[in-house]
Amino acid sequence: METSRDILKIVVAGHVDHGKSTVIGRLLYDADALPQGVIDKVRRIAGETGKAFEFAYLLDAFEEEQKQGITIDTTQLQFHTAKRDYVIIDAPGHKEFLKNMISGAADAEAAFLVIDAARGVEEQSKRHAYMLSLLGIKQVCVIVNKMDLAAYAARVYRRISRDMDAFLEPLGLKARAYIPLSALKGDNVLRRSDNLDWYDGHTLIQALDAFVKEGRHGESRLRLPVQDVYKFDDRRIIAGRLEMGRLKEGDAIVIHPGGKKTTVRALAYWLEKDRAAEAGPGQSIGLILEDEFFNRRGEVISHETAPPLTTRSFQASLFWMGQSRLRVGQKYKLKIATQETEAEIGEIIRVIDASTLAAGPGAEGVKLNDVAEVIIKAREAVVLDLFVNCPATGRFVLVDDYNVVGGGIVTGVEAAPEAFRGFVSGDMKVGCDLFEEYYYSVEDQAVNKLPGPGLTYTVGEAVPLAGKSFSYPEFFDIAAFREKMVVKIRAGLTAEVLPLEEYRYGGLPVVDGRGFAFRISSCAQWAACAHDYAAATVADEAALSAKWLDFSAYRTIPFAGGA
Amino acid sequence: MNHLDMLEAQSVFILREAYKKLGKLGMLWSIGKDSTVMLWLAKKAFFGHCPFPFIHVDTTYKIPEMIAYRDKTAADLGLDLIVYSNREALAAGLGPASGRLVCCQALKTEALQQMTRQYAFDGLIVGVRRDEEGSRSKERVFSERNAQDQWDYANQPPELWDQFKTDFPKGHHIRVHPLLQWNELDVWRYIERENMPIIDLYFARDGERYRSLGCAPCTGKIASKAATVAEIIVELEKTSVAERAGRAQDQEDSYAMQKLRKAGYM
Ligand SMILES: Nc1nc2c(ncn2[C@@H]2O[C@H](COP(=O)(O)OP(=O)(O)OP(=O)(O)O)[C@@H](O)[C@H]2O)c(=O)[nH]1
Ligand SMILES: [Mg+2]
Repeated sequence: METSRDILKIVVAGHVDHGKSTVIGRLLYDADALPQGVIDKVRRIAGETGKAFEFAYLLDAFEEEQKQGITIDTTQLQFHTAKRDYVIIDAPGHKEFLKNMISGAADAEAAFLVIDAARGVEEQSKRHAYMLSLLGIKQVCVIVNKMDLAAYAARVYRRISRDMDAFLEPLGLKARAYIPLSALKGDNVLRRSDNLDWYDGHTLIQALDAFVKEGRHGESRLRLPVQDVYKFDDRRIIAGRLEMGRLKEGDAIVIHPGGKKTTVRALAYWLEKDRAAEAGPGQSIGLILEDEFFNRRGEVISHETAPPLTTRSFQASLFWMGQSRLRVGQKYKLKIATQETEAEIGEIIRVIDASTLAAGPGAEGVKLNDVAEVIIKAREAVVLDLFVNCPATGRFVLVDDYNVVGGGIVTGVEAAPEAFRGFVSGDMKVGCDLFEEYYYSVEDQAVNKLPGPGLTYTVGEAVPLAGKSFSYPEFFDIAAFREKMVVKIRAGLTAEVLPLEEYRYGGLPVVDGRGFAFRISSCAQWAACAHDYAAATVADEAALSAKWLDFSAYRTIPFAGGA
Repeated sequence: MNHLDMLEAQSVFILREAYKKLGKLGMLWSIGKDSTVMLWLAKKAFFGHCPFPFIHVDTTYKIPEMIAYRDKTAADLGLDLIVYSNREALAAGLGPASGRLVCCQALKTEALQQMTRQYAFDGLIVGVRRDEEGSRSKERVFSERNAQDQWDYANQPPELWDQFKTDFPKGHHIRVHPLLQWNELDVWRYIERENMPIIDLYFARDGERYRSLGCAPCTGKIASKAATVAEIIVELEKTSVAERAGRAQDQEDSYAMQKLRKAGYM
């Protein structure tokens, strides 16, 4: 197996007993993809029970599954063709195990939907098709199985194709193909069968290879949900999985919510061979940042362009797996990427019976196995994307009483712009963290910052000169080199906001946007300092800060326990 | 990213979730290839550190070279190693002669239960893989065990989009399975790619080697000439014999593993 092969994850779904496990078992058996021991074991069981060899037992490993002839839980297997590698996911068809079907299907990129030729389209055939569409699976291929029970009749095959087409159309799904086969007899699985000579389309294995491997979502958006922050040694490492986009050393990044900006100093590594200056989607990485902000799990890192949305309220399509109904006003734990917060159902817009597509009002709540469109209101702001833009930050689960009871995708957001903190004068704006509290977190062993409220100060307004961790004089200037602006504070009031080039040093203390004092006391020093900053590249920022800034002139760092 | 990169990234993600979300966490280290790969992945996940203890449930019937290798590796890597044996059962004379299931139950399952209780673990990282045998093929990545260490396999909660089960009552614990999606060949290809140290019992000597490591009385060797990792890979690419064919406890009855694992076995 060379190393650059594609891997496709594919789920096999459909109504109970229509032959999903048998289809997979037969495929693996015919392709000689199973260890002898596994086959021997199923043979032995057949011998012991006096029943026929069941291909489904190759997957249905639980005693209960075999005794009842039903799949209870999902499983996954690797499979390889000459073209590429597959993970094949077997899903249970019984309605009672829909949660297990979803657990399996949620991982898939493509699907086979199995329909029993003798029974036709049934309730879970439809519900599963709906779930696939909700999960964002666009490539679906229908298997018309058990053709041996329908006398291999083309008429039966055509009727099922018509029925299913009619159901899929309103879901925006179109089956890539309908494949008539018999998993039991092996017709059209690996080999074309004379029993189905009226059919000249793909066999099962050809259809498998005909699925298209879609590249991971675009690289234009960067999404790195923060998983944890490590301080095992002298490195402070932000750990997470790059869900989308690429990230390089020196990249300017924004941390949401809050919008703090900094740059990537380096990617952390353990082994020299894993050292890299760049990382791509899917990688689990560690970042070392230029500025040691207070970071925590749940934050999402993006580039300055194409940021995610920050909101407390969003619209979602949701499937419900809870025994008790979902109701308006009910509170759940919301998990979205690495964020966790309490959330309440604000509104149930409509409820859909996923097997009939019948829509109803939400007054009665949402019952087990139904789908609904809802408004979710989170207790605090969450960072997310529309599912269509970024699946990983556009889907969520709801937890009630220890278990996941619902899952959904974000379909709409009333975007609230991120809180701006700083000075405003006319159309000039200067962001600053001047009045935010720093503290040393005993728990994190790191200096953290409490994000303040989104306050703006306009000319003439008083500013809070003293806090727990800062105390500024009544007269001073704030130089924001990145934004090329200066703010003058006089007698504790915001006196003027002006462009940097219009500013003349007047002997008053000058601080940066965070409240760190510039070590200057003359016009010459100011000029030298301004020159250094103008010439600096981002990577020099630490050196620049060491040269010009004095942290402790107006700030201190009190101890604090926890976040 | 290729297949091994993807497996590695996913396992690292799982380990980090476990470390962040489960209170007291430990990793079961059986000295074999899978859990040694897991140890390696932990070092990757935590940038050279191993921020939790490693546990060896020692039946005292292990192949002797395993114990020597265990102690040397733990010392070399500075691991926080817990070696736990069911002393009471051993004192009462339990051993392979008591019958395989009885012996496994006492020296592995019960030992594991006692250890979990004694150290009050909320999470145990275990290197099982789906392709090993049937009941493992149905596992979740975060799999709950109740206060009696039992697995309610017929009623597992949903697990989707890498939102793992991190909410559970006090006294229960989670078995974390970072290698669930790997198969035997993946493990060896990864060992080769990473140029990882591995116990040499896997390499053929005098025409035989171990394919799976366990207790000496119950683990057989296979006929093999594969004396290097590369040769093992070539051998496995051709074989159709199941990995655990040499493991006696799997062969007792058709659902032996399911029963053992329901009761708390790894
Ligand atoms: N005659 C015939 N029987 C089949 C065929 N495929 C499957 N069966 C039988 O149909 C029954 C159900 O097959 P399974 O594969 O267990 O069905 P399933 O869809 O996996 O069922 P669940 O997982 O429980 O939803 C078994 O007895 C199979 O032997 C086929 O092509 N022809
Ligand atoms: Mg099945």
